[in-house]
Amino acid sequence: MNGWRSAHESENKNQATENTEITEKTGAISVASVFSVANSFPRMKFNHKSKLLLAVLAIVLLALPFATDALLGRGWVRIADFALLYIMLALGLNIVVGYAGLLDLGYVAFFAVGAYCYALLGSPQFGLHLPFWIVLPLGALLACVFGVLLGAPTLRLRGDYLAIVTLGFGEIIRIFLNNLNAPANITNGPQGISMIDPIRIGGFSLGGTHELFGFTIPSVHLHYYLFLGCTLLVVFVSLRLEDSRIGRAWMAIREDEVAAEAMGINTRNIKLFAFAMGATFGGAAGGLFAGFQGFVSPESFGLTESVMILCMVVLGGMGNISGVVLGGVLLVLLPEALRNGAGPVQQALFGKTLIDPESLRMLMFGLALIVVMLVRPAGLWPSMQRRRELTADDGVALQEQDTVYGSSR
Amino acid sequence: MMNLLTVENLKVGYGGIQALKGIDLDIAPGELVALIGSNGAGKTTTLKALAGLLHPTAGKVRYAGKSLFACAAHQRVCDGLALVPEGRGVFARLTVEENLQMGAYTRRDTAQIGTDLEHKYALFPRLAERRTQLAGTLSGGEQQMVAMARALMSRPKLLMLDEPSMGLAPMMVAKIFETIRDISAQGVSILLVEQNARLALEVAQRGYVLESGLVTLSGASSELLGSDAVQRAYLGG
Repeated sequence: MNGWRSAHESENKNQATENTEITEKTGAISVASVFSVANSFPRMKFNHKSKLLLAVLAIVLLALPFATDALLGRGWVRIADFALLYIMLALGLNIVVGYAGLLDLGYVAFFAVGAYCYALLGSPQFGLHLPFWIVLPLGALLACVFGVLLGAPTLRLRGDYLAIVTLGFGEIIRIFLNNLNAPANITNGPQGISMIDPIRIGGFSLGGTHELFGFTIPSVHLHYYLFLGCTLLVVFVSLRLEDSRIGRAWMAIREDEVAAEAMGINTRNIKLFAFAMGATFGGAAGGLFAGFQGFVSPESFGLTESVMILCMVVLGGMGNISGVVLGGVLLVLLPEALRNGAGPVQQALFGKTLIDPESLRMLMFGLALIVVMLVRPAGLWPSMQRRRELTADDGVALQEQDTVYGSSR
Repeated sequence: MMNLLTVENLKVGYGGIQALKGIDLDIAPGELVALIGSNGAGKTTTLKALAGLLHPTAGKVRYAGKSLFACAAHQRVCDGLALVPEGRGVFARLTVEENLQMGAYTRRDTAQIGTDLEHKYALFPRLAERRTQLAGTLSGGEQQMVAMARALMSRPKLLMLDEPSMGLAPMMVAKIFETIRDISAQGVSILLVEQNARLALEVAQRGYVLESGLVTLSGASSELLGSDAVQRAYLGG
């Protein structure tokens, strides 16, 4: 569906022809070409600027674990690792909820499937120690299959009804994992599976400290870089999907399913694909989680986790990748910051700890959620369309309001 | 000349309720046919069944020489059957242009989609002004225009319109019906479902009157407009 970009492309073409004109006329610069240089300048400047921004961002992300070590303390790299895992999960759920508009409250089940797949095939549980590059894709694939399994019977459901079924599905998976220790012990039940093999790429294990390029890089730092790479991959795939034919079909289904079907969209396959794609991301994140943590138990995959991931998507800005990433970062960092900050702040203010930081943490967290939803109902960083729908601070939006409310003229 | 669409004994039920009790209907290429009737007569059900959104319990539907029985909704669009759903069904959070491009979803000829798009803007100049606007923020009449333009983007042979006048200001209704005439003049066959019987029969060449799931009257529009039964039941005469 190249039409989406045709306007932009033709603009670029104009720019290109202008530029060639300039090079041809270097001998005698006409007034017109001076103007066209002036016109093209802001764009070049912008490109330059965004490149610079990207470079700065890359350096910050690469240096982050060392910076947190030096400034905040040892524990924060681990938190950053979890933030990246949650971002992957949130981006996966964003496909299902944000793009296709299918409310999934059991998303953590796919995370569990990926994690347990890794745990069962790479631990002393069965004595299997399959390599990482087999186990991780297998976990993602298995999650994908489960995604289709969940999607198929729920094709006709929407909204609240779909939410209830997916919620049930999430619980079924968790309860299954909890009880699959008898009659034959498969998952070790509530005790979970421990001593999971660390992520090992070739002969390089991420489980230990390594000396690289003269730096001593601990295990958590190595995981950070791996997760960062995976997150960037997920972001890239999400971006490509958003702009694709399939992405547009998802959005059409989200807006009006009957009309989408009448447009020639195979709604059944496209919806199943949304479930499958979201589940695949979830499963991959699950595998990484198992390898990082070295231990999985059903406890990690409760309803709270599903709700948390959904919060990241909604709070950040449904359907907008940057927003979802922001949501993921905030919802992991905020509780940690409150956990570490609440005690000392109370000490400084009142001289003693009045409220247990642990309970205060959840209170503040809930309050923050309510405030954000009141003040920014479309999320912290909504997609362009959501923003235009809910605010009227640009020309087009004002024109829209004019048509809606002034159409009786 | 062979009919573009032939419907024989079409029956559709929702659970236990029979909404269509066996209707016959045909449309010749290029013809504009009106399907009129009161609330709950089965008009929308007929269109939905023809578009493949509902599955008939019995009956035959032949379109362009082949049976549509085993054909899924999304395949029918490829074959040139387009539906403008009741209540318009625009994609509210997509822009006007994106809506129109969704209409061309089944097409792969990117170059011609661009020219078609401009052609639709020429047909609905109002939409050209509002290309980048979100469809959900348009007025009802403009949304109807989006829905019709979007359906036309699939290059249909048969366009099915479900209550295009619903909820529109009289001036907008006149404009929409003018456009329906234009589209018909370009050779597209149209099946028009309307509650506004007079308006529909005035633009159509032929009409069918649907009453509780059965076709009770059919014939040339002028005959139907003049017939006592139609006058009494729908035209308030």
